[in-house]
Amino acid sequence: MIPAPFNYHKASTIEEAIALSQELGEEAKYMSGGQSLLPMMKLRFASPQDIIDISKLQGLSYIKEDGDVLKIGGLTTQTELEHNDLLKSKYPIFGDAVWLTADPSVRNCGTIGGNIAHGDAANDQPALMLALRATFIAHGPDGEKSIPVDEFFHGFYMTALEPGDILTEIQIPKAKPNSGGAYHKVERKVGDYATAGVAVHIELDDNGVCTEVGIGLTNLSPMPMRLERGEEVLRGNKITDELIEEVGKIASEDCEPDSDLRGSEAYKRSIVNTITKRMLNKALERARK
Amino acid sequence: MAKHNITMTINGQSVSAEVDSRLLLVHFIRENLDMTGTHIGCDTSNCGACTILLDGKSIKSCTYLAVRADGANITTIEGIAEDGTNHPLQQAFHDQHGLHCGFCTPGMIMRSIDLLKNNPDPTEEEIRWGISGNLCRCTGYNNIVKAVQQAAQEMKKEKETTV
Repeated sequence: MIPAPFNYHKASTIEEAIALSQELGEEAKYMSGGQSLLPMMKLRFASPQDIIDISKLQGLSYIKEDGDVLKIGGLTTQTELEHNDLLKSKYPIFGDAVWLTADPSVRNCGTIGGNIAHGDAANDQPALMLALRATFIAHGPDGEKSIPVDEFFHGFYMTALEPGDILTEIQIPKAKPNSGGAYHKVERKVGDYATAGVAVHIELDDNGVCTEVGIGLTNLSPMPMRLERGEEVLRGNKITDELIEEVGKIASEDCEPDSDLRGSEAYKRSIVNTITKRMLNKALERARK
Repeated sequence: MAKHNITMTINGQSVSAEVDSRLLLVHFIRENLDMTGTHIGCDTSNCGACTILLDGKSIKSCTYLAVRADGANITTIEGIAEDGTNHPLQQAFHDQHGLHCGFCTPGMIMRSIDLLKNNPDPTEEEIRWGISGNLCRCTGYNNIVKAVQQAAQEMKKEKETTV
């Protein structure tokens, strides 16, 4: 399969990429890792007139803590997330997710910024971003802007990014003591999109009371979904087995899955209950360590 | 649509060409360079038959534009034997019967090179996960895993003797 013809442009700086985008108009698409966009172009689901290659922009590949914030550059590859010592020791939720995302050769190309900016509820990173309460930094024709995750996803492949915007950095509140996160998805085969996936992040105080919690769902609604009602049940309370049971039930009630090749609606509602409970327990275990 | 002049190093040789924006790297390698060791299986980045090394990292060359490989250093299955001596992974696939029809083998081997570079002593599980993006419809994988294990041992020995 060969993509429809297009013009290729390589940008070396963010400014150059944005200028190209403005010159070429709204039909131009940025390509970072290209592991979602190029397959769509080969299947002719997407036929952009112009591709602006942003994979060679300098200085957008990093993972570091800066003050109270974990900062991840938009062009950081999934493989870099997988092998990073800081993430392994303090943010194991990334290891959980990356390990299950596509396969190692795809992860060598695919970037975290692309995974999020694609706006696909089937991708894994959006659920993590919801759980971790990320903020996205974008550069565009109007300069720099900061977009909280809850304002970022607008619908199927739709995000708050406007034409010309590049997602340059992901900011996540630095891991607090007594906090922990976990992610799992059920997949039909290795490397598949999630049949259902759940990301959980929990923060506890010294008495074991849940002070903050984030729960994000993968591929269970047209856009990445926060399980708000489940979070409310846990916030401000000691997390007991009964509350975990209740949140699992809420997950199966509140998600909005469609029946498809990956399973029936009923099946997805059933497994999201189980995954939610398991991830709450796993995150809790990590928070108590 | 615009053509682009690209230059890259493939198996140690510098090559230059004028290519269309939409030419896939796997087609460039197979059709422009006539190096058919890199296979096309699914053409949808599922099967891994087209796996090559780009700047030392395994990628699926069916899901990579040739024009993006401008300036890259590429290794294909044709470039890993040295002076007619099989690469330890090639030898191990031979010794352990790690192939039947052989269609997936170039991709399996190129992926395994990257795997062993990052993890010289993988467990069986790590090997199975490590090659999870490469499909084999003949072997049932057991002999492929054995081959990667044999090659890991050989490459460790080689490293120890050269140090």
